[in-house]
Amino acid sequence: MKIHEYQAKQLFRQYQVPVPEGRPAFSVEEAVDTAKAMGGFPVVVKAQIHAGGRGKGGGVKLAHSLEEVQDLAGQMLGMTLVTHQTGPTGRLVKKLFIEAGQQIEKELYLSLLMDRATATVVIMASQDGGMDIEEVAAKTPERIIKIHVDPLMGIQGYQLRRAGFGLELPPAAMKAFSSLLANLYKFFVANDCSLVEINPLILTSDHQVMALDAKVDFDSNALFRHKDLLALRDLDEEDPMEVEASKYNLNYINLDGNVGNIVNGAGLAMATMDIIKKAGATPANFMDVGGGASSEQVENAFRIILADKKVKAVLINIFGGILRCDVFAKGVVESAKKTGVTVPVVVRMEGTNVEEGRRILAESKLNLTSASDLSDAAQKIAAAVN
Amino acid sequence: MSIFVNKDTKVLVQGITGNEGSFHTRQCVSYGTRIVAGVTPGKGGQKLDDIPVFNTVARAAEQTGATASLIFVPPPFGADAIMEAADAGISLIVAITEGIPILDMVKVKNFLSRKDCRLIGPNCPGIITPEECKIGIMPGMIHAKGNVGVISRSGTLTYEVVDQLTKLGMGQSTCIGIGGDPVNGTSFIDVLSAFEADPDTHGIVMVGEIGGSAEEEAAAYIKAHVTKPVVGFIAGLTAPPGRRMGHAGAIISGSSGTGEAKIKAFEENGIHVCDNLGLIGRICKDVF
Repeated sequence: MKIHEYQAKQLFRQYQVPVPEGRPAFSVEEAVDTAKAMGGFPVVVKAQIHAGGRGKGGGVKLAHSLEEVQDLAGQMLGMTLVTHQTGPTGRLVKKLFIEAGQQIEKELYLSLLMDRATATVVIMASQDGGMDIEEVAAKTPERIIKIHVDPLMGIQGYQLRRAGFGLELPPAAMKAFSSLLANLYKFFVANDCSLVEINPLILTSDHQVMALDAKVDFDSNALFRHKDLLALRDLDEEDPMEVEASKYNLNYINLDGNVGNIVNGAGLAMATMDIIKKAGATPANFMDVGGGASSEQVENAFRIILADKKVKAVLINIFGGILRCDVFAKGVVESAKKTGVTVPVVVRMEGTNVEEGRRILAESKLNLTSASDLSDAAQKIAAAVN
Repeated sequence: MSIFVNKDTKVLVQGITGNEGSFHTRQCVSYGTRIVAGVTPGKGGQKLDDIPVFNTVARAAEQTGATASLIFVPPPFGADAIMEAADAGISLIVAITEGIPILDMVKVKNFLSRKDCRLIGPNCPGIITPEECKIGIMPGMIHAKGNVGVISRSGTLTYEVVDQLTKLGMGQSTCIGIGGDPVNGTSFIDVLSAFEADPDTHGIVMVGEIGGSAEEEAAAYIKAHVTKPVVGFIAGLTAPPGRRMGHAGAIISGSSGTGEAKIKAFEENGIHVCDNLGLIGRICKDVF
């Protein structure tokens, strides 16, 4: 689960990770009032969306007067911000963050993330702050310091020193940096983060270190033990259909194509999308109803797909294991009766109780095309939309 | 022969009295698996059918001689259950549980490195040696005894592959789902090395998906150490970057973990790439 910069910085403050003074603003008036209360210029007006690259897209600007704050806030609120991470459709800006401008001596990069290969938390630090870190990793990997922290031991003093000296910080800033990194690690572990990225981390002329940006992603699997963090979820940043699907614990992702699909199991769902593409059509979504879906979940899954205006045909691909084919078929029939099916539907079912499932679908008198196997299903669905 | 499990393997089930636990215990028993004990804290002394239930894994193992454990406990208790099994001397732990926090798994993985045991999963369908032993949730009837080894990160996708193999007359030596989480126990490489050493495995199917670099590492290992033919498949070529595709581990971050990179690694290392799931059975028939 991602959160906004302003929310991440509020959490940083609780963990004694230094950040500049700043406050969120949800209207032009609020932006001006906030800047006034901060009592000095310049201030930075920052668009709050869940995507990086905001600066280049025009979502981060410096203001030297209240008039400028008013102009910039007016321009940004309601604008569609397009960055390399938002895709071409961009994101609507609904929130701003007003922050005190800083005297920057040097820009650094610092992040903590879960390293799947080594099963450790890895610290990455670089003197090339402010740049795209993947570019640094590709062009000058020697300029990235990587430190693996044993999760059973926690972060050690020598690791803090390795990072600080590796960044060639002035001795006067070393203590502040060590404390920042130790506290950031504490924050990471205490909140089950999957990523914390500060780019840039700045060194000021008076040897202070400060997080000028903050990107935080939490492990969704761990949110059950962080009820407080759930309040930070911003539904404005999510696709409304995905929000609807999440209410029923359905793994759903809205895509651009026109072939709706419902599959059980994530791997098979991905492979089904691939085979749709291979047959010359494009998937409208990823929908994994899960291994043990109930008939009610299936009903909701089918309803969500049918409500999608861009869907011109639906492919149902079920391999019954835990999810029995008869349970699935009942869900499909219920949903079809309630919603009404106006597009062609191709069904491919195999596995546990498949005969019973096929009987339920056949007796429902719904207009469904059955497919004998996966290749057959792909061809039939492509023929339906092309 | 087979790898990791056979008809003599004695299995206990952690979380045996829950809905999923009891349902799949019965499925495993009817397949022929020797389920000798169950564990549910606080329910020691009860029975599921004829299977005795214990409060702790240590007691269950001691009383019944179980050497393998099948775990169904809910995600908040998943890590604890795995560590309890390892500490009780269980040598094969199969964790079905989906949704264990990654930080918990990171700790478990480091804990297990000090123990002499193998973890399969979590978030996996388990392991099956057809007609001998099923420790997991896969539908038993689609499998047949034979000489193809199957390794996969996914559940239902594996069933699809196995179903095609069986229908074309190719039985399996052992099928293993290693799980869809970013941090898991047994890796592709562990299973590849076991299949290579197993005289009854003549060919291997490896089913990967986007995210991480496990497939690339496995491909390099295959080139260096595996003499048996390998057919590879990658799911998720059409997945958008940055989105978690159901499995916590199936996410393309930046330019890493893409399906294209994995297929390239397969091709460069002598693996027969299947680019159409509907044809994987036929491709195996040609290759093996």
